[in-house]
Order: sequence, then C-alpha cells, then structure tokens
Amino acid sequence: MSLPLPNADQLVGAVFLVLLATTIAGGFIACNAERLVRAVAGLIICFVGVAGLYYFLNSPFIAMMQILIYVGAVAVTISFAIMFAAPEQSKKHGPPNLLAGPLALISAALVFGGFILLVLKTDWQIHPKENSGSVEIIGQRLLTDYSMVFELISIVLLIAIIGALVIARRGRSS
Amino acid sequence: MEILSLYNSLNTYLFIAALLFSMGIYGLVTRRTLIGMLIASELILAAASINFMAFNRFTAPDPAVGQIFTLFIMAIAAAEAAIGLSIVVAIYRNYKTIDAEDLVELKG
Repeated sequence: MSLPLPNADQLVGAVFLVLLATTIAGGFIACNAERLVRAVAGLIICFVGVAGLYYFLNSPFIAMMQILIYVGAVAVTISFAIMFAAPEQSKKHGPPNLLAGPLALISAALVFGGFILLVLKTDWQIHPKENSGSVEIIGQRLLTDYSMVFELISIVLLIAIIGALVIARRGRSS
Repeated sequence: MEILSLYNSLNTYLFIAALLFSMGIYGLVTRRTLIGMLIASELILAAASINFMAFNRFTAPDPAVGQIFTLFIMAIAAAEAAIGLSIVVAIYRNYKTIDAEDLVELKG
C-alpha cells in the first residue's frame, strides 16, 4: 500500500513550517555566530524566511521588496563594512563580562515571555476587509492618501545617502 | 493535522516576531563589535515588520496600510544600515578598532 497523497492544504502547511524553521535558524545563527561573516549569512537566511512569511500574509509585493532591499542591499552593505573594518577576529577572549552571559539570556527571555503573555491574553478583533490590498491599491494609496509617506521616504533616503558619504569621507585625505 | 494549519492563525506570526525580537535583544547585549550590534538591530526591525504585516492580514480593515507601513520600515532600516556602517568605517579609521569596549574616550 502506498501512502495517501497529501492534499494542497497540507502541502501549504508544510511549506510554511519550512519557512518558519528557516527564519528561526537564520536568526539563531545571526545572533550567535562567532564570526561576523557567518552572522551576516544567518541574517540573509532569516530575511529569506521572513520574505516567505510575507508571502503567506497575502502580500507578494512586500515579499519581493524584502528580498530586494534587505538581501540585496542591506546585507551587501554590511558585508562591505565587515571587509573594510573588521580585519581580525576579536582579539579578546577574556572572561565574558556579566552582561554577556546569563543576564542577556534572562533579559531576552523576559522580553519573549512578556510578548507571549501579551499575545495570549489579548482578544484580537477581526474586522472585515475593505479591499484586497493588491499592488494596484497600494500604488493608488501611496500617491493619494499616503503621499506624505512617499515623499518622506525619498527625503530620508536622500539625506541618508548624503550623510553616509560625508561621514565616511571625512579624514580620508589626511 | 493541527500543525499543518499553523499558517492561518495570527498567534503563530506574533510568536515568531516575539522570538526574533528577543533574539535581537540577546544579540544586541552580547555582541562586542559595532557591526554585530547592527546585525542584531536588523533582527529587531524585521520582528516589528512581521508584527505589522500579521495585524494587517488578520485584523486591520484596510490591508494596504500595513504594507505601506512595512515599506516605510524597510526604507528606514536601509537608511539606518547605511549611516551606521559609515559611522563604523569612520570609527575604524580613527581608532583602528570596532570593539565597543575600546571606545571609551569620553569616559570620565
């Protein structure tokens, strides 16, 4: 006897579990890896998983932007900075200070437990949807109701580019 | 199969976001180099984005607003990464280190 074939819903659930594991494993690598390059690789894995989660949340456009901006731009920028400014591994292997050991774990666990309690104790209200949230509607909203956000993003990015160039260039000619 | 229908509940996404957030806090506290701290803060921003998208999918009446907010968070995160890394490069040029414990010039 062959095994019963899974139906579509079960396949979707299995894909979701894989994405979940990818996200968690990537985040774990990103905050625990000894070398910074491996931490960046973990960050990339985590972001790919998060993009998959966005796809499950009915927004393929945001998933695409996540891949483009985070994996394509932010991770590459961080890798460049590591190549520029972290030539040697951390020289100090002395005893980790008190904050780096159990206290960090305790504080992170407290934050996690607080969020879990908050999620479980709140009765979230489900509202009916007004529209489908497609790319077309996002575009229309960005250029009508939320045009301020649109302009603000462009101004912030422009200032960030100029500021980054100015800061990184200072003292170079000396 | 209860575990295969996890993708359709709000709590799953909120748990994932809480887990990523606490991982980011842990990394932010334990990392010694500035770039490591920046990587951890990216995890925190990703957790915030997941929360926005989850509420956008399940509870918000207008599903375009949360996506626009997440786009805004992405732009802010990109700007933060660019400026933070240029500061790291400038610090490395002046101090020859990016270890956060060595940057104590203003300490009394």
